[in-house]
Amino acid sequence: MLQGWVIVATAVLYLCVLFAIAYWGDRRADQNRSIISNPYIYALSIAVYCTSWTFYGSVGRAASNGVGFLPIYLGPTLTFILGWFLLRKMIRISKVNRITSIADFIASRYGKSAMLSGLVTIIAVVGIMPYISLQLKAVSTSFTMLMQYPWVAPISSGSQGVSIFADTALYVAIFLGMFAILFGTRHIDASEHHEGMVLAVAFESVVKLLAFLAVGIFVTFGMYDGFGDIFEKARASEELASHFTIEGSGGYTSWVTLTLLSMAAIIFLPRQFQVAIVECVNEQHLKKAIWLVPLYLFLINIFVLPIAFGGLLRFPDGTVHADTFVLTLPMAENQEALALFAFIGGLSAATAMIIVATVALSTMVSNDLVMPVLLRINKLHLSERADLSGLILTIRRCTIAFLLLLGYVYVRLIGDSYALVSIGLVSFAAAAQFAPPILAGMYWKGGTRSGAFAGLAAGFIVWAYTLLIPSFARSGWIPESFLADGPFGIELLKPYSLFGLPGLDPISHALFWTLFFNVGLFVLVSLWTTRSVIERSQANQFVDVFRKTSEGHRVWRGNAAVGEIKQLVARFVGEVRMRDAFERYEVSVGRRLANEDLADAGIVAYGERQLAGAIGAASARIMIASVVREEVHDIDEMMEMLDEASQVIEYSRRLEQKSRELQIATDDLKAANKRLKELDRLKDGFISTVSHELRTPLTSIRSFAEIIFDNPEMPDQQRSEFVDIIVKESERLTRLIDDILDIAKMEAGEIDWQLRVMDPKPIIQAALNATSGPFQKDDRKIRLETDIAEALPQVNVDSDRLTQVIVNLISNAVKFCDREDGVVSVSAQHKDGMLVVRVTDNGIGIAPEDHAKVFQRFQQVGNTLTEKPKGTGLGLPICVEIVKYFGGTIGVESALGEGATFWFSIPEAKEA
Amino acid sequence: MAKSVLIVDDESYIVTSLSFVMKNAGFETGSAGDGEEALEKVAAMVPDLVILDVMMPKKDGFEVCKEIRANPEWKSVRIMMLTAKGRDSEREKGLALGADEYLTKPFSTRDILARVQEMLAVDRVAS
Repeated sequence: MLQGWVIVATAVLYLCVLFAIAYWGDRRADQNRSIISNPYIYALSIAVYCTSWTFYGSVGRAASNGVGFLPIYLGPTLTFILGWFLLRKMIRISKVNRITSIADFIASRYGKSAMLSGLVTIIAVVGIMPYISLQLKAVSTSFTMLMQYPWVAPISSGSQGVSIFADTALYVAIFLGMFAILFGTRHIDASEHHEGMVLAVAFESVVKLLAFLAVGIFVTFGMYDGFGDIFEKARASEELASHFTIEGSGGYTSWVTLTLLSMAAIIFLPRQFQVAIVECVNEQHLKKAIWLVPLYLFLINIFVLPIAFGGLLRFPDGTVHADTFVLTLPMAENQEALALFAFIGGLSAATAMIIVATVALSTMVSNDLVMPVLLRINKLHLSERADLSGLILTIRRCTIAFLLLLGYVYVRLIGDSYALVSIGLVSFAAAAQFAPPILAGMYWKGGTRSGAFAGLAAGFIVWAYTLLIPSFARSGWIPESFLADGPFGIELLKPYSLFGLPGLDPISHALFWTLFFNVGLFVLVSLWTTRSVIERSQANQFVDVFRKTSEGHRVWRGNAAVGEIKQLVARFVGEVRMRDAFERYEVSVGRRLANEDLADAGIVAYGERQLAGAIGAASARIMIASVVREEVHDIDEMMEMLDEASQVIEYSRRLEQKSRELQIATDDLKAANKRLKELDRLKDGFISTVSHELRTPLTSIRSFAEIIFDNPEMPDQQRSEFVDIIVKESERLTRLIDDILDIAKMEAGEIDWQLRVMDPKPIIQAALNATSGPFQKDDRKIRLETDIAEALPQVNVDSDRLTQVIVNLISNAVKFCDREDGVVSVSAQHKDGMLVVRVTDNGIGIAPEDHAKVFQRFQQVGNTLTEKPKGTGLGLPICVEIVKYFGGTIGVESALGEGATFWFSIPEAKEA
Repeated sequence: MAKSVLIVDDESYIVTSLSFVMKNAGFETGSAGDGEEALEKVAAMVPDLVILDVMMPKKDGFEVCKEIRANPEWKSVRIMMLTAKGRDSEREKGLALGADEYLTKPFSTRDILARVQEMLAVDRVAS
């Protein structure tokens, strides 16, 4: 007869043994003789994956679905065999960055974001809560069953309807909670491995495996004659035949979904991350774990089908719940000791899960959720408190109590509406949400904090909507119509066929939509947003973890003394550990550090990593920032300082501005250079032309001088003709030189203008007098006609220069007028407030296309058919300069063969 | 038989002076005031030598030079170019177009006579 006290005593004894093992493991670790540093312990600790869910639930699933329980174990096997390089990279990254949890990992990758680590923590807590409640349910159910030994109870009544105080699950929750608190929060510093815990968990893995194998062997070889016998009997039963095929076990979609889910779960469930990544003492252990873990999973699954079939054959009426076969079969066969062993096996599976999960979650809650918030509340003056380790431990203990309480509440709410396996899968789907940001984060530098946040948040919301809330609905907590018709009767929002996606089982459906939104938003938002400096450097450190041997360069602005950093670290990890850590640092850098020395970037980073090991990267960053900068009261201001992005953006904005300015300056310079080149070309052309113009008269002068000299006997008449040429050409040369000097001076602004307001009439008259010479010559009959108005306006001019303009124009007219019957007319009028002077000839005229040309230097457009014009080619350009100076304009009206009229106008002088 | 020289320039004084010098030295002379007239005169008299100004109306000296050289009948015509633009590039261009000599204004009538006599004497020896 198995009495109640025996069961309780055995359970307590078993837990005491666990304590002893953990204590021993911690002692060995303190003595630096680690007992867990081998691949076997490592692999066994990873087997914490097999919870009471495996122990009882996979038999349950096999009983209803046949081989459908396999994907849950196929997934992890695939992960270890195919995905070992992912694990290796995660382990390396975690070692380098002293990662304390999965939340810490994600937050670190995306710029040590406190917000992100908080979100991951919330997802983890809410997501794992059903899983913890599952363990409570398993332990309490098995305990209740066993208490009734040897009577095998019909389908368990669950906890609903039972008063809370009579509910076994409550006591189980309280008992396991106390155990987890005592066990998991003895000291802090999460990154320095919970060696005792790992050892205990490994031990539990052995116990549950042995218990399960014992039951399996008893059923297979005790109750039946081996595998062949039991399978044959099962196949003989029509009902059970379908259990051997995939079609009979939920279909291929379900298989693929479950395999994928469990591939993710073996790494991304917080407790799996804890044992496989955080607690991993040596990367090399992974090499053996690659086949040890699959081997363990294989062993624990060998007898699942035999036990399921055994149970179904033994209790054909379906009165006994298949989830309890592991326990009820030995009971039904009156195997007292075996039943007790099976119970202990289930208990060990449950406690291992609860210990590791609560330790992992409480670390996350304290480091990534509560501490960052508390540190931000200035009123608490946390940054001034001397010892915070007590506070952290309290937070963790409360978290564990809270988690188990939450788990219990979930058990009460959900009751028996779900099979064990289904509840576990809800948690698996939550953990799968961590896969995109972690996997992409290790290989894609472009992923941003905002992207990870958006993806995780969306995945979590969809998960809650398609899995968590429906679980409430199925238990009757929310109206069933929510499931059947969607909220408010909206078909598209039905939780099990969202947006009209039917035909999938709830888990596959949820996995599709959660990952669709998670991955989609992660990628889109990442592409849309830019990364801050710290995100960039963390991305590089994660993605290139195998490439970098050094710490990488760190930028740190600010100042703090070494002593302050030490004091800060000591507050979280204790004086002794702090001293050890900094002694190691001094050895590694090869110099002593005085407390009053200014901490350089290396020491600050080292201190931050020590802190990160205890309180997580996000909190560590906040704490370090608080000592490195004095008197920071405003957390937002502090966060701003941490994020150098804004500054870099400002720099790059200024750089862009500068480069734009440079571009403009360059363009200006190019244009100026072009103008200079053009001017240079013009000047060159001018000099060349001037030289040509000067050489021509010089040639004649020289030639005739030589001729006269070489021919002394030449006739006098000829001699005087030649001398006359010399004189004329000398005059031409003089005029040319005068004009060149004039125009050069005007351009250089060196003319001394004698501006005076005066009547233009005397000036015009003087000009006419000066040009009277040509009109009196006999050989050319040129008539001069004048039309000077009585009243001309006063103008502000230099009289000599104005005379020069008029003389030039008349001389030109004389030169170009008709050779036979030349007429030159000069008119002066007062028109529209202007003095307008016009000089007209009756010569050959100027083609319109040449009008502009005549005002350019050395551009004579004369009657070249007959003879070369005799001007200097500078007369009109000089006129242009002068008229321009008087504020007037000059122009020409002409057509070929119709003579030409040159005119200029000068504005009337304002009476002073 | 006297050698003939065609003097081409749009500056009449230069034509006058060169004609006087050449006649004085015993050459037959002809003259032209622009490029087109020059080609007509070349066709009419087929001179032994052309003294050719570059900057002229209608057709400049380079073009005249090119056309003379393009006609095989005028292969024996010597060409001496005169220019007031004394740049090397102009000189190169003239020589490349087939001019035999290239002088810069202002020149000495004594030099130019010596050059002309030299060029025509060489010619005489060759034939």
